Amino acid sequence: MTEALTPLPTVIPGLDRKTARRRRKSDRGKYRLADSGLALLMLGPSIVILGAFVIYPLIKAVFLGAQRCSVQGCRDTGFNQYVDAFRSTQFQNALLVTAKYALITVPIGLVLGVALAVLADKYMRGVGFFRTVFSSTIATSVAVASVIWFFLLNKDVGVIASWLGGTAQTPGYLNDPGTALWAVSASSIWANLGFTFIVVTAGLQSVPKDLYESAYVDGAGGFTRFTNVTLPLISPTLLFTTVVLTTRAFQSFGEIDLLTSGGPRGTTTTLTYLAYGNKMPTSGDDGLRATISILIFLVLVVLALAQFRGLEKRVHYAN
Amino acid sequence: MPTRTGATRTGSSNLAVIDQVHGLRRVGRYSILILMAAIVLFPIYVMVVGAFKPANKLLVDPLLPTNLIFSNFGDAWRFGHLGRALWNSLVVSVLITVAQVVTSVLAAYAFVFLRFPLKSLAFGLFLGTLLVPLEATMTVNRRTMENLDWINSYKGLTVPFLATAFGIFLIRQVFLQIPKEMREAAQMDGLGHFGFMREVAVPLSRPTIGALALFAFLSSWNQYLWPVLITTDEKYNTVQTGLKALKQGGFSQPNVLIAGTIIIALPIFIVLISFQRQLVRGLTAGAVKG
Repeated sequence: MTEALTPLPTVIPGLDRKTARRRRKSDRGKYRLADSGLALLMLGPSIVILGAFVIYPLIKAVFLGAQRCSVQGCRDTGFNQYVDAFRSTQFQNALLVTAKYALITVPIGLVLGVALAVLADKYMRGVGFFRTVFSSTIATSVAVASVIWFFLLNKDVGVIASWLGGTAQTPGYLNDPGTALWAVSASSIWANLGFTFIVVTAGLQSVPKDLYESAYVDGAGGFTRFTNVTLPLISPTLLFTTVVLTTRAFQSFGEIDLLTSGGPRGTTTTLTYLAYGNKMPTSGDDGLRATISILIFLVLVVLALAQFRGLEKRVHYAN
Repeated sequence: MPTRTGATRTGSSNLAVIDQVHGLRRVGRYSILILMAAIVLFPIYVMVVGAFKPANKLLVDPLLPTNLIFSNFGDAWRFGHLGRALWNSLVVSVLITVAQVVTSVLAAYAFVFLRFPLKSLAFGLFLGTLLVPLEATMTVNRRTMENLDWINSYKGLTVPFLATAFGIFLIRQVFLQIPKEMREAAQMDGLGHFGFMREVAVPLSRPTIGALALFAFLSSWNQYLWPVLITTDEKYNTVQTGLKALKQGGFSQPNVLIAGTIIIALPIFIVLISFQRQLVRGLTAGAVKG
């Protein structure tokens, strides 16, 4: 993601050092009054919206998180509430559930997405059809995907449930503590597959083809070409996809709400569901909700930093 | 989805050898592709077949189109108030999309072509908001909505999303590629900032603006948690919360639910198929080293 932050190179090759120096000098110069007024006008709408609905609520939430609220109003409980909430069994359970959920959905989703993208990257007749099919789940929202999988997995009319014999005797995949998280994962992996496929396919297309050519000439087989040429060169794409998929797993709400409502026995209560779900300890208490949501924010920041630090070293950026 | 022909990507004969797959390997590759396609499409297929079956026949040949009826779609439309939900989603998504394009272009223009104090600080703050997940701000935003009396309103559903750092950033990246000399030349020709924006900057950035528009439309159409939090009146159901209502309503026949899902998924499917290229561009911004 930080990749996008680097400004793209200037387009004109003829732009020489002299021009660059002149530009730098003029940039250092005084601001124009007219420019400043115009800038305020142009930035105004964005400043108002981002200020009122991102920056202000973030700061406010930090303080709200040190309160407990009910219909009567809020009262201060102190910033220890963050520590207490973090240590609570509910939060620890949700953290564990979310981590498990991420550990199931991210690797499986990534491997499937890469495999499909590589399979469909060869020049073969009809490959466009397969590309469209593999990208198709991008069109399903979380709610649509969840309802589809509810339809496949529920114990009364679910086709998969009836094939696997999970109907009459067992509580059903969505109500069995042993399988519920896996059932939700199946829905999420399927729903995210289109996204992963599209992004990895784009990554594959940016690999310079002459590299394959020289590898081929050097006698590298298909698998060696994949591990020694393809993987290193699409590693920035893989890092980006991993971070996005992990973040999505940590923000999962809709699939939980529609498939299991956090149950059975809390086995699918993810962090976001703990904060915003029905019949959670946070329901009706904006203070506690704020505590949990700030904690989720911190967990996400730590996680993203860890992923970038741990994986960036192995990522190969072309010059 | 991303289209590419062998002719454009190869360019030398050696390549064709690696790229073309022959004989048995070709058969094997096709078999795997077909198998994977079948697996990916399976849930959609079962859903479509089920949507045409009566509730008590869902497990009778679940994969074959037998015992077909058409009433499920009408039932879903009526019980789920899907007409209303589709309209609400359309209004909300179009408002957000148009606003995001306008606010992003304006802000990006200021960051690239204007000189003003505290520019880098402002840009840093804007970028910082990219890191803040919606979850962290929603509780306070819902309280704001209560105070403004915007619960159950289009204002509540749209206003917080009328500007995004993502959009500003995306457009800034293309504006940066426009040579400053072009601005200087336009200035000498007497073109003001708004004229330059309209005549030069925006037309040059059209593909990226298209990508942003599609991306904004899709993400607002697919929003789930925010509408759940700030609407209580069925009149303001979007398609996503409408689906939740249809599933949890006192009346919950799975075949009707699934028919409703198809009605809701269809428009977005059509939009996506029509705008594949913009989507790929939007999704891969930042994913691939440029």
